[in-house]
Amino acid sequence: MIKLSAVYVLAGLVFAAFAVLSALDRNNRKRLGNAAFWGLVALSFLAGDHLGNLGNGILVLGLAGIAGLGLLGRGAPATTSAEERRALAERFGEKLFIPALTLPVVVAFGVLVLKPVTIGGTPLLDPKQATLLSLALAAVIAVGVGLILLRQPLISPLQEGRRLMDTVGWAALLPQMLAALGAIFALAGVGEVIGELVTTWIPMDARLTAVTVYCLGMAGFTMIMGNAFAAFPVMTAGIGLPILIHKFGGDPAVVASIGMLSGFCGTLMTPLAANFNLVPAALLELPDRHAVIKAQIPTALPLLIANTVLMYVLAFR
Amino acid sequence: MLTLLGVATVVVGFAVRLNPLLVVTIAAFVTGLAAGLSPVEMLEAFGKAFNENRFVSAAYLVLPVIGVVERAGLQERARALIARFKGVSVGPFLIGYLAFRQITSALGLTSIAGHAQSIRPMVAPMAEGAVEARTGELSDETRQDTRAMASATDNIGLFFGEDIFIAIGSILLMVGFLAASGIVIDPIHLSLWAIPTAIVAFVLHAGRLILFDRRLRRRAGA
Repeated sequence: MIKLSAVYVLAGLVFAAFAVLSALDRNNRKRLGNAAFWGLVALSFLAGDHLGNLGNGILVLGLAGIAGLGLLGRGAPATTSAEERRALAERFGEKLFIPALTLPVVVAFGVLVLKPVTIGGTPLLDPKQATLLSLALAAVIAVGVGLILLRQPLISPLQEGRRLMDTVGWAALLPQMLAALGAIFALAGVGEVIGELVTTWIPMDARLTAVTVYCLGMAGFTMIMGNAFAAFPVMTAGIGLPILIHKFGGDPAVVASIGMLSGFCGTLMTPLAANFNLVPAALLELPDRHAVIKAQIPTALPLLIANTVLMYVLAFR
Repeated sequence: MLTLLGVATVVVGFAVRLNPLLVVTIAAFVTGLAAGLSPVEMLEAFGKAFNENRFVSAAYLVLPVIGVVERAGLQERARALIARFKGVSVGPFLIGYLAFRQITSALGLTSIAGHAQSIRPMVAPMAEGAVEARTGELSDETRQDTRAMASATDNIGLFFGEDIFIAIGSILLMVGFLAASGIVIDPIHLSLWAIPTAIVAFVLHAGRLILFDRRLRRRAGA
C-alpha cells in the first residue's frame, strides 16, 4: 500500500533542492535565509517523525524566527523574459495547456480508478489519503509531460518551482502553523469557553433568535478559529443540539448541514483560513494581502443571511 | 477566561500586521501558558501538531510543473486564447468557471483545480485577457481586482459544491458528531440539504460577477 510517507519523502527532496538552489542564488541578498527556511521544511518532511516532539517544536520556532526577522528574500532564478514567453506561446500554441491539464486528469484518474484498486486484499493507495497521493502522482507525471512536450531544461522544474515558492514565501507555511495552533486551542479548551460565553449571555427563547445565533455563531467562531471544522462541534453542542434540535424539534440534517455551510461563509472572511485567502493573494502577486478576502465578503455576508433564512424555513417544516 | 488571551493575540497580531508565523507562535505560547502548560510542554505539543499536519503543505508539489509551463509561455497563451473569443466577457467566463468548480466538487473532485494549479496559470490570465480584449491595456488596479475575483470564485465554487459530495470530510465530521450525540443520520441527507445553499451561492456570486464586469467596463470608459 502506498502511504502518505511516500509523498513526504518526495516533498522533502523537492524542498531540499529548493534550499540548495537558494543557497547558490547570488541574485538574492537573503539567499541564506531562504536556504535555511526551505531547508527546515525539507527536514520536517524527511525526518519529522524522528525529531521528537520537542525537536519539531524547535524546528517551528526556527521557521517563525526566520520569517519574523525578515530574513526571507525572493530568489531570482534565470527564467524566460516576457518577450521570449510571448514567442514561445506563439510557437507551442494550445500544446501549452496539456501539462497543466494533466494534473486534473491524473487526480481524477487516481480518485476514481486507482482508489478502489486492491492487490491481494490490500488497497493500492491508502484510502484515507487517496486524494493527496493522486495529487503527488499527478505532479510527477505532469512534470514529465511538460519537460518532454515543451523541451524545457531538466533543472527547470526545480528552479521554476523555487521561483513560485519564493513568491508565496513564508505564507506557504502559515496554513500548517494555523492547523497546529488549532490543536493547541483544542488542548486548552478555547472552543468550550467561547461556546459557554455565547450560550450564557444570549437568551434563546425564540426560535428565530436561536437560529440566528447558531448561524452567525458558526461564521464568527470559524473566523476566529480559521476553520469551520473546529467551530462545528462547539457551536452544535452549545446551541444546535440542545436548543434547535431538542427544544424546538429542528431536523438534525438541516441544522447540521446549513450550520456547517454558515461556517464556510466565515471561512471566506478570515485571514486565518490562510490557504484559501492569503496564499492565493501571494501566488497572484497582489500587493494587498487581504485582496481575496475583500473580494469574497460581499458574497459571504448575504449568503450567511440566506443560510439563516433557509435553516429557519427548512428545519422546522 | 484566560484561555482566550491566545485568541486575542491572534486578532491583535494580524491587525497590526506582525509577521503571521510569529503571531501564531506567540499565540500558541500564550494559550499554552494560560492553560497551565510549561513552555517546554507547549513547545512539544506545538511541534507534534505541526508534524501531524504536514499533509497541508504537501500540496505545493504542483508548483514545479506550473513553473515549467509558465516558463514556456502558458499565461501568455491563456490570455491570447480568450482574447480571440471576442464575445466572452469576464463576467460570463468566471460564471462558467464557478459552475465547473461547484459541479466537479459536488462529484468529489475537489483537488482537480485550485489556486496554484488552475487560477495562477490559466484562469486568472484568461480573465485578464477577457477584460483586455474589451478595454485594452489593464491598469494595475483592474488587474489586481480581476485576479482577486478569480481566486474568490474558486473558493466559493469549492466551498459550496464540496458539501454535496457524501464522502467529504465535513460530512463525515457531522455524521460522527451527531452519532456521538445519539442521532443516527444517513450522510445522503446532509448532502441533499447542502443543495439549497449551493444554489443561492451560485446565484449570488454570479450576480456579483455580472456587476463586476459592468464596473470594469464603466471604469475603462470613464
